[in-house]
Amino acid sequence: MSQPMLRLEKISKYFPGIKALDDVHLVLHPGEVHALVGENGAGKSTLVKIITGVYQPTNGKIYYKGEELDFANALEAQKHGIAAIHQEASMFPELSVTENIFMGHHIKHRGRIDWKEMRNHTAALLERMDLNINPSTTVKNLSTAERHMVEIAKALSIDADLVIMDEPTSALSLREIEDLYKIIRQLKDAGKAVLFISHKFDEIFEICDKYTVFRDGKYIGEGPVEKSALDKIITMMVGRSLDQMFPKAEVKITDPILEVKNFTRTGYFKDISFTLRKGEILGFFGLVGAGRTEIMRALFGIDKASSGEVVFKGKQVAIHNPKTAMKLGIVYIPEDRHEQGAIQDMSITHNITLPVIDELSPLGITRKAAEQETVQKYGTLMEIKAASWDVALNTLSGGNQQKVVIAKWLATHPKVLIMDEPTKGIDVATKAAVHRFVSSMAEKGLAVILVSSELPEIEGMSDRIIVMHEGRVTAEYERGQVDSETIIRAATGNLKEQSA
Amino acid sequence: MKELLRKREFTLLVIIAFVLVLIVIRVPAFLEMENVLRIVNDTSILIMVSLGQLAIIVTGGIDLSVGSIIAFSGMAASMLNQYHPDISVFIVLLVGIGVGTGLGMFNALIIAFGKVPPIIATLGTLSVFRGFTFVLSKGQWVTAHEMTEKYMNLPHGHFLGLTNLIWFGIIVSLLMYGFMRYTRTGREVYAIGGNKTAALFVGVSEKKIQFVVYTLMGILAGLAGVMWTARFAAAVNETAIGFELQTVAACVLGGVSIAGGSGTVVGVVLGALFLGIITNALPVVKLSPFYQMGLQGVVVLGAMVVNSLSAKREEKRLLERRLD
Repeated sequence: MSQPMLRLEKISKYFPGIKALDDVHLVLHPGEVHALVGENGAGKSTLVKIITGVYQPTNGKIYYKGEELDFANALEAQKHGIAAIHQEASMFPELSVTENIFMGHHIKHRGRIDWKEMRNHTAALLERMDLNINPSTTVKNLSTAERHMVEIAKALSIDADLVIMDEPTSALSLREIEDLYKIIRQLKDAGKAVLFISHKFDEIFEICDKYTVFRDGKYIGEGPVEKSALDKIITMMVGRSLDQMFPKAEVKITDPILEVKNFTRTGYFKDISFTLRKGEILGFFGLVGAGRTEIMRALFGIDKASSGEVVFKGKQVAIHNPKTAMKLGIVYIPEDRHEQGAIQDMSITHNITLPVIDELSPLGITRKAAEQETVQKYGTLMEIKAASWDVALNTLSGGNQQKVVIAKWLATHPKVLIMDEPTKGIDVATKAAVHRFVSSMAEKGLAVILVSSELPEIEGMSDRIIVMHEGRVTAEYERGQVDSETIIRAATGNLKEQSA
Repeated sequence: MKELLRKREFTLLVIIAFVLVLIVIRVPAFLEMENVLRIVNDTSILIMVSLGQLAIIVTGGIDLSVGSIIAFSGMAASMLNQYHPDISVFIVLLVGIGVGTGLGMFNALIIAFGKVPPIIATLGTLSVFRGFTFVLSKGQWVTAHEMTEKYMNLPHGHFLGLTNLIWFGIIVSLLMYGFMRYTRTGREVYAIGGNKTAALFVGVSEKKIQFVVYTLMGILAGLAGVMWTARFAAAVNETAIGFELQTVAACVLGGVSIAGGSGTVVGVVLGALFLGIITNALPVVKLSPFYQMGLQGVVVLGAMVVNSLSAKREEKRLLERRLD
């Protein structure tokens, strides 16, 4: 067989407290479209960043066209002919299509930028892709799908030998996806290698030749893409040793507390209905972008739902802002603690008491004693490790910051606790503490909604599982009713294939 | 102890002490009580207005129109005093503050409800309010012999050995200290500046906070306007031109992060005093006053460089500690 285009050997990448990639390998040949498959958090994106020079591996070797390489930055990788199309378009909205495409590798003629030449190249490129876009258009005036296609054109413009596509179709329409397939086939015929990352099995089966499966940062297996491979791939994706213990306690589930009926936010989720009961942990599983977070944000009053009703304790309620939700006893612990939960410059005390600062401040003056009492109670409950409650949040580890963010919501005495990816990016020990905590909340009679992309967590912790795919509920299961494979099928929109 | 050494306020105190030593070596009389009080008196207006700027910068905003608010409210109060000398100076003081409050609210409306970035909004009102001042005064000045004795005595009067102006500075500082540290709203000011999204998630209203801080600035600038015109016994159309930059400088020197989210009242008071000392020391050490502006700029730039370098170092230190 020909020399591989790309060979990764024993690549590891460690971040503080986390092994994002652990001893993985991957081989990619010219003229091959290779699917990289895995659940969220399997390490796919980290690998892409290593190949494109954004990250440097902690250990391991990268061979590109037979030579050992070590890219110091993304531009170097680009110069070697490695192009990446990222999930979220990384474009300069105020510049023209031409300028975007040639950013970083302008065509120069006697030291001056040759605009005419670049425009011609762009026009030819766009035509080859069947795109009806004027090269001089400002990118901000393009639709999301068009931007994505321009991003792809950009990758092609450097005449790359290795093209990496990270979920390239997520923003494209069917017709554009067809166009993309055509381009991928052209690349393949020209002897280029394509690394194709997707959650959508139909795409993988349409366009890919081989697959490699990662799980929890480890290499699991590989093989040719053929009809019979689907079951094998799914098993590889989810099958894991059940060494993670989930401390889910048996709790008596009582009255309904929250009923959501035909909840819709145009463009994000549609016709969502479910009932949540006291003492229950309701798991929401789905892939990134399935619309789970959006539902929770609308329930908490951050975004406005287009239609549908919310019934809380038997009464229909209108929640237009987080204050109203908190008054009812609904709290939402957002996914991204850095962006949405933690205030880094503030002390642990001030972070925790912020949601209840009204209660702690009769006549507007904050009562120090009451504040300290609150922090002592919830800080201890969450086992936050810190030198003092008055240190700034940015002195704490990620896990402890997460605990602070949870503690602050507990202080509001919630009745419904919505947790969005509560264990994303934290170490194993803290994960266990969070799981214990979730279980103990249910024991206390709270109703918990657990949004997670980690299937073992969902399966281990939930009494009931709602599975979503592209803004809709595709299935609802009782605890232990079905196996992991079925849930993954429901989340990827492949439920019917199995029953057929 | 280590914590104390890392505190910004402490560093500034050390720098101030160092500069004072340098000055005293040349001019021993600089630290005599009379001179110290003169410097504090000179700096009181800057302290008051800088504390308003502090609250705004902590939210991530900035108010460039303060100089114009001072000029307009000072002019309004002085003209009231000129044409109605029989009206009590306390009423005049309140009117000056009221006018400043109104202008501050105008800024607040544009920023909180018009969704205009603070730097643009207040750059606009900087001209608008200054223009109003000219319109109101028809280009005329109110001079010493047109003001009443009582009006001019507002800042100069003494109480327990300190001038009224110093007392105003002390009272404003204490109130602002309490506001920023011990009130619910003060806490929310830091929250909005520290992480807007996180603050919104707990139901803090950005509009409300913006409204509070810009209005508060109006109150303080209105008070400053009355004090300024009474102190110099003249209300001119050019009062406090460029003063906004001095207030920002005092904040920056005091360790307030321009990105929002952090800064203390103590730091800003020290920052303002530092500027006051430098300004007062120049003639004493026989440096031409022509150097003053340039030197102030150098000091502020120096502080900025130290700030961002130490922020980098701090970040590195935290990251290293987290790995343990």
